[in-house]
Amino acid sequence: MAKPYYDASDLRKFGKITEWNEELGIKFFDYYGKVFEEGALTAREKSLIALAVAHTEQCPYCIDAYTKDGLERGITKEQMMEAVHVGAAIKSGATLVHGVQMMNKVNKLEM
Amino acid sequence: MATKSLLARNNDLANTARQMEVLSSGIFADGELPTFASKLKESNQFPLQPKKLEILQINLGYMCNQVCAHCHVDAGPDRKEIMTLDTMQQCLEVVKNTGAHTIDLTGGAPEMNPNFREFVEAAAKAGIKDFIVRSNLTIILANKKYHDLPEFFKKHNIHVVSSMPHWTRGKTDKQRGDGVFDKSIKVLHMLNEIGYGRKGSDLKLDLVYNPSGAFLPGDQMALENDFKKALKTDFDIDFHNLFAITNLPISRFLDYLIASENYEEYMYSLVDAYNPSAVANVMCTNTLSVSWDGYLYDCDFNQMLNLKVASKVKHIADYNEAILQDRNIIINQHCYGCTAGAGSSCQGVVA
Repeated sequence: MAKPYYDASDLRKFGKITEWNEELGIKFFDYYGKVFEEGALTAREKSLIALAVAHTEQCPYCIDAYTKDGLERGITKEQMMEAVHVGAAIKSGATLVHGVQMMNKVNKLEM
Repeated sequence: MATKSLLARNNDLANTARQMEVLSSGIFADGELPTFASKLKESNQFPLQPKKLEILQINLGYMCNQVCAHCHVDAGPDRKEIMTLDTMQQCLEVVKNTGAHTIDLTGGAPEMNPNFREFVEAAAKAGIKDFIVRSNLTIILANKKYHDLPEFFKKHNIHVVSSMPHWTRGKTDKQRGDGVFDKSIKVLHMLNEIGYGRKGSDLKLDLVYNPSGAFLPGDQMALENDFKKALKTDFDIDFHNLFAITNLPISRFLDYLIASENYEEYMYSLVDAYNPSAVANVMCTNTLSVSWDGYLYDCDFNQMLNLKVASKVKHIADYNEAILQDRNIIINQHCYGCTAGAGSSCQGVVA
């Protein structure tokens, strides 16, 4: 019986993690809630950052959640896609910048 | 995009009994989600009863020049239900004799009722504090005979409330039809030019935001700021307030939810966002809705579900404030739409 590892309906059960460790679970959700409050950054800006990170983390739950959150805030699909590209650019940049390490090593080892 | 109402398309959901069946079966029948009544009972708010009548919302007819994808009225050019002058006069009698401070004209496009102007002129004389016309804006450009409506509104100090699902063309036209955004902008300019919506102006111009899809509205104030900034920067348009209104799962929006396989998830979103403190101020507690044929409903949504008030008095001709006050409001699962998050009403958030 092949069951998928991810189930979209599990997202709604996220809160249940407190059932097996109330103290840490509650601390986490308090922290989480606080992070996304309006602050030096707007809640809208934080939503877009979350969407970009959701993609770099490749978390399907987070992608569902922050796509919907973006729509609720009136964020357009063009803005969402740009945010995803920001995440992708950092991801690919992070890979490519290691190319310098490779170059350093080659330069060190080659005569 | 469809150009006909569900009714004209012979869609199953044009039948209100079928809509009630959908709302009472499936996830609510098998106990996966609690019914609205059981939620009210949890917070000792059942049965829901009206407070003093403040707003009389009058539906002048279901005819409309637009066929919006989310419309809970199933309005459109093919709908012929129109309020007669007789029924309008009965409404006026009630307006004069109750303490209601607000008249709220809606439709369809209320301006398409052939007796619209006569009614407005008579009602304006009754000394109403707040006289609202819910205009879709595009009607003003639809035919020469409507072009002078902004001036007519101004003359009678009408409070104009207009729908605007987004500050961008794409999202607006997808919900309301091709070309609607540009026309709406044009009419908002016309209204601004004669003083509507300007800072400090008594000529009130408010916008209504409905999400253009299977998601809930975000924070009303944040959306208002975004709308104001974008409409000012891009088009030099001013307006007063934005009302964020949740789409209720009835009529065309219900049809969309089912067809797009979003129905269950949307109902989960509504139930998860249930807010007991919004219940205290839901609009059915201070508003009565009158249909084109004079019947009374707890709200415009119940009107579209054909759920007449649970009272001996069911028609505007027999209006009796004391008897109507002493009734239970008819509820069903669609009511979750008015109690999600900060709540929702025709005047925006309630909590």
